Amino acid sequence: MAPLLQVENIEVYYGMIKALKGVSFEVNKGEIVALIGANGAGKTTILHTVSGLLKPKTGKILYNGKDITKTPAHKIVSMGMAHVPEGRRIFSELTVLENIKLGAYTRKDKDQIAESLEYVYERFPRLEERKNQVAGTLSGGEQQMLAMGRALMSNPDFILMDEPSMGLSPLLVSEIFDIIKVINERGTTVLLVEQNAKKALSIADRAYVLETGLISLSGDAKSLMNDNSVKKAYLSE
Amino acid sequence: MEFLSYIVSGISLGSIYALIALGYTMVYGIAKMLNFAHGDIIMVGAFTVFTISTTFGLPPIVGIIGSVIICTVLGVTIEKVAYKPLRQASSLAVLITAIGISYFLQNAALLIFGSGTKSFTSVVNIPMIKLFDGQLTISGETIATIVVSVIIMIALTLFINHTKPGKAMLAVSEDRDAAQLMGINVNTTISVTFAIGSALAAVAGTLLCSAYPALSPTTGAMPGIKAFTAAVFGGIGSVPGAMIGGILLGIIENLSKGYISTQFSDAIVFAVLIIVLLVKPTGLMGKKINEKV
Ligand SMILES: Nc1ncnc2c1ncn2[C@@H]1O[C@H](COP(=O)(O)OP(=O)(O)O)[C@@H](O)[C@H]1O
Ligand SMILES: [Mg+2]
Repeated sequence: MAPLLQVENIEVYYGMIKALKGVSFEVNKGEIVALIGANGAGKTTILHTVSGLLKPKTGKILYNGKDITKTPAHKIVSMGMAHVPEGRRIFSELTVLENIKLGAYTRKDKDQIAESLEYVYERFPRLEERKNQVAGTLSGGEQQMLAMGRALMSNPDFILMDEPSMGLSPLLVSEIFDIIKVINERGTTVLLVEQNAKKALSIADRAYVLETGLISLSGDAKSLMNDNSVKKAYLSE
Repeated sequence: MEFLSYIVSGISLGSIYALIALGYTMVYGIAKMLNFAHGDIIMVGAFTVFTISTTFGLPPIVGIIGSVIICTVLGVTIEKVAYKPLRQASSLAVLITAIGISYFLQNAALLIFGSGTKSFTSVVNIPMIKLFDGQLTISGETIATIVVSVIIMIALTLFINHTKPGKAMLAVSEDRDAAQLMGINVNTTISVTFAIGSALAAVAGTLLCSAYPALSPTTGAMPGIKAFTAAVFGGIGSVPGAMIGGILLGIIENLSKGYISTQFSDAIVFAVLIIVLLVKPTGLMGKKINEKV
């Protein structure tokens, strides 16, 4: 079976700066794939390019077998891909419910939207309690839940998550990772970017290690967890 | 009674500023640019009404509808042709382009209509009212301006807060990339914003020239600058700010004209702006400027 996402040798520039120097990887249906690497390695750039916010200079991106390299970001959403961006990027002046509803912007069927809303509330009961609160007043953990809930409202087959554990307390980090597992078990494929490599590898099926714009290592998550170079660079306490 | 009359006419003039200021503030909020050609859309709107209703003698309502349509198409076209290619360019380049468009519109009007001042026929056909035994008279234009402006502002507020394209405008204005990740087409949203702003400018131009009937190719310049001032005064990017800023500016202008000096009223208006910005740099209703990493 062809992979759900196939990234072929992409190069991405910011002006003159080459941030990705030929990156290839793939994500199969049903997997959790982790992308780990130091700060500035290019993880966020990869996710932005996959979801269409950035365009690669060379290379190709196939999603469900379709070439989406030149497809604008807003069209990729309705193809079943959702992106929970780094730093949450919730609409802080809108209410929690308004944010959640924007996640279903591309959908029309009211009953199906209501169903997704119920699912989101079931996953994140705190969002329902706070649905009329202005999103900017939520705590960091709640904002992360909102960003994830909002992404789930498009009923995605594939979800990209950029450092969902960033700035959260250990307890909340575990909660967020549990939820990612549940989302995956319910049938959504996950591409997870994390600095918290240990946690990421613990829930991932496979992983890629990124170093300054190049993939330096890949394999299944368990073997990477026992890899000495990975241990030294990313898993030291 | 004199005071009350200055207030009422100030609210009326201020409502016109508010309608224009809404165009500046919405475009700033959503496209992150200062559209200095916005004032000249007012002039185009007024000339369109003049041509349809005075020159061709068609009913005022036809003139108004024609003017709204022409300004909407013009605003959207200007955005597509002149501003859209500059999405990634520096804000200085965009600003210079906007000033260029402004000169272009003024000179096009000069070519078509000549430099002479035209006498605009009011589109308002309601009698003035006399209150307090005739001590306070309010013209039909004043009444129409206030009523029309209030209706437009309520409708616009409902549109922004309760419709999908309105919500898309709010989302794009706060975070363009995050909005795209929701499936919102940013280009469409910017076009909708220019369309609304330009339609409001057409209405404002018609109301303005009905109250102050002198029409020339530079008619839009001064009200444009004042409305821009009103938008900054209220907090650029804020829709309620533009409404409040516009109305306050009209009141301040009329009170200065009435009690201080007609000649210095504009200077007073700008002095008030400077003071407000010194005290509150983001304007009356302005939000903190989000620092993006
Ligand atoms: N908007 C930008 N403009 C210029 N350079 C950028 C921009 N965003 C990221 N970069 C650079 O691209 C490289 C990769 O960044 P990023 O993808 O954010 O890394 P990561 O997410 O792995 O921390 C870094 O060197 C960073 O400085
Ligand atoms: Mg990053």
